Amino acid sequence: MSLFLETLIGGVLAGTLYALVAIGFVLIYKASGVFNYAQGSILLFGALAFVSLKDAGVPVAGALAITVGLLIVTAIAIERLLLRPLTNRSPLTLFMATLGLSYVAEGVAQGFMGSQVRALDLGIEDLPMFLGDIMISQFDLIAAGVAALLVIALSLLFNRTRIGIQLRGVANDTLAALSLGIDINRIWQIVWAVAGLVGLVSGLLWGARQGVQFSLSLVVLKALPVLIIGGFTSIAGAIVGGVVVGAGESLAETYIGPFLGGGITPWFAYALALVFLFIRPAGLLGERQIERV
Amino acid sequence: MDHVGLRSDVPPSSIVVAPRAFGVAAVTALVLTVPFLTTEYWVNAIIVPFLILSLAGLGLNLLTGYAGQLSLGSGAFMMVGAYATFALQLRVPALPLPFAFILAGLVAGVVGLFFGLPSRRIKGFYLIVSTLAAQFFFEWLFLKFPWFYNGNSSATIALARGLSVFGLNAENPPGRYWLTLGTVAILTLLSWNLIRSQTGRNWMAVRDMDAAAAVIGVPTRSAKLQAFFVSSFILGIAGALWAFAYLGSASVQSFGLSRSYQILFIIIIGGLGTICGAFLGAAFVSLLPLALDWSFQHLFAGQVDEGLRQNIQKAIFGVLIIGFLIKEPEGLARLLALPNLRRSSRRTLFPSVRR
Repeated sequence: MSLFLETLIGGVLAGTLYALVAIGFVLIYKASGVFNYAQGSILLFGALAFVSLKDAGVPVAGALAITVGLLIVTAIAIERLLLRPLTNRSPLTLFMATLGLSYVAEGVAQGFMGSQVRALDLGIEDLPMFLGDIMISQFDLIAAGVAALLVIALSLLFNRTRIGIQLRGVANDTLAALSLGIDINRIWQIVWAVAGLVGLVSGLLWGARQGVQFSLSLVVLKALPVLIIGGFTSIAGAIVGGVVVGAGESLAETYIGPFLGGGITPWFAYALALVFLFIRPAGLLGERQIERV
Repeated sequence: MDHVGLRSDVPPSSIVVAPRAFGVAAVTALVLTVPFLTTEYWVNAIIVPFLILSLAGLGLNLLTGYAGQLSLGSGAFMMVGAYATFALQLRVPALPLPFAFILAGLVAGVVGLFFGLPSRRIKGFYLIVSTLAAQFFFEWLFLKFPWFYNGNSSATIALARGLSVFGLNAENPPGRYWLTLGTVAILTLLSWNLIRSQTGRNWMAVRDMDAAAAVIGVPTRSAKLQAFFVSSFILGIAGALWAFAYLGSASVQSFGLSRSYQILFIIIIGGLGTICGAFLGAAFVSLLPLALDWSFQHLFAGQVDEGLRQNIQKAIFGVLIIGFLIKEPEGLARLLALPNLRRSSRRTLFPSVRR
């Protein structure tokens, strides 16, 4: 029983990190209808910039400020050079454009800052904690706490601020928002910047765990099943999906893996997502899409 | 009629036909003399992979460009084709190579059909989940179980008896070239006819607006599955060629996710929903790295290291993808066809999923 609980808790905590990545997707998808395949690359870009600045001797606060500034500039550039020219094009075209964007972001990030693995020390020690006879990773616990704080901050932003209300207006009905005089281009810039910041937080947490390197950008591939399971349009769904995927993965690896020769984590989440696609295509908490002809 | 988007609305004109016939003759002559005109290096390292990538691009273009179903699993279907060819050649030695290719293509087709099943219920980029599932699953499967690579220590596959087509040795560079060219030519011809048949029209109807297609009686679900089957069949054969006619020995890494991206890029750059787009895109994708190599060598004289060059190349590819999607969504194919098509309007791809 304790093995089961340990696997489950470890999986759930790892799942919060998946959720954090997935939230970045949901923000952009809701506001601009773009499935942003480049989220992983932007995450890598942010984490690499932070590590490079820190290694160059810039104090942590300064490095953080510069990285945040860089991400905001990136968001504005993306809006100007990619979203605006592609306004009103099909979602598939936009998706393919973000695939191109991910190549640009990865090429630029690694071209300027190198492609070797960088160690990142956030000052959080990864000590195992014991709850009875169940081992819990302290780092995972803190990461989950950060994720929770971020979600609270985001929900305050969406519900209590003028910008947040505008954001929800755009997400709800773009045309109506436009006719009310909401500057949709500015909203897009803000959303992409916020998603970049969420990406930075998740990039730093992932990076502290496994080093800042190219494989960081591949978390985008983990976030995809999370989104399918949770629903593309709901932040709560992203969290639920992340937890389901995290817990499912580690339970499957422990209990099903041995029968299949192990190493099934790379595709298990996708198999789970496929099951959901057949049963509930909109995801657990997503909005059902109604098609008008 | 403008936005119906079938190519047949270009008026046939005798002025166009004459240069076209000339062009076809010139291309045929060039293609037949290639092994005699260029060096072995060019045939082996550039022309053969170019032809195979064109074939793979053609396969994906049938699915994505004609039937409107996005896929990031091209690498997986190529992988299935390659490993199936290997298994057939190893375990059924009596089977001639061309039949092994066809059977491997059918296996890949059935696999594609299976992973295309979600297209009955979902559409748009949700489908990339299904195709990515194929990608990760087969990378795991072919590496995990030694049966698939006959248990050799490097986990690679290679044809023990080499390439031979009905007793003719195809192992030398001209042989590989003819084998690849013949396969590509046959499959291109078949695809060319297929897209102008009822099946191809159904695919385009599904792509342009599947709800409307269903209303006028197009069997949309089976049309999508047909597209998955045919596309994966071609990708499977392309994968077999990639493994055995180009690489010689292949592993799971030869068909990774970046291969899937590469093939998608080929059809975006070349032109979605055109046959010649696959060839133009593949030519572009094969030649751009060479051009970059050359210019780096001459501009910076070896000052730029390999890693940086690869990253610059990556960024350039990304910029090109975005640029093409913004400026010329129909890719190189339209740029080349511009003089003939000036009067017909721009087609819109995937209009049904426009928000």
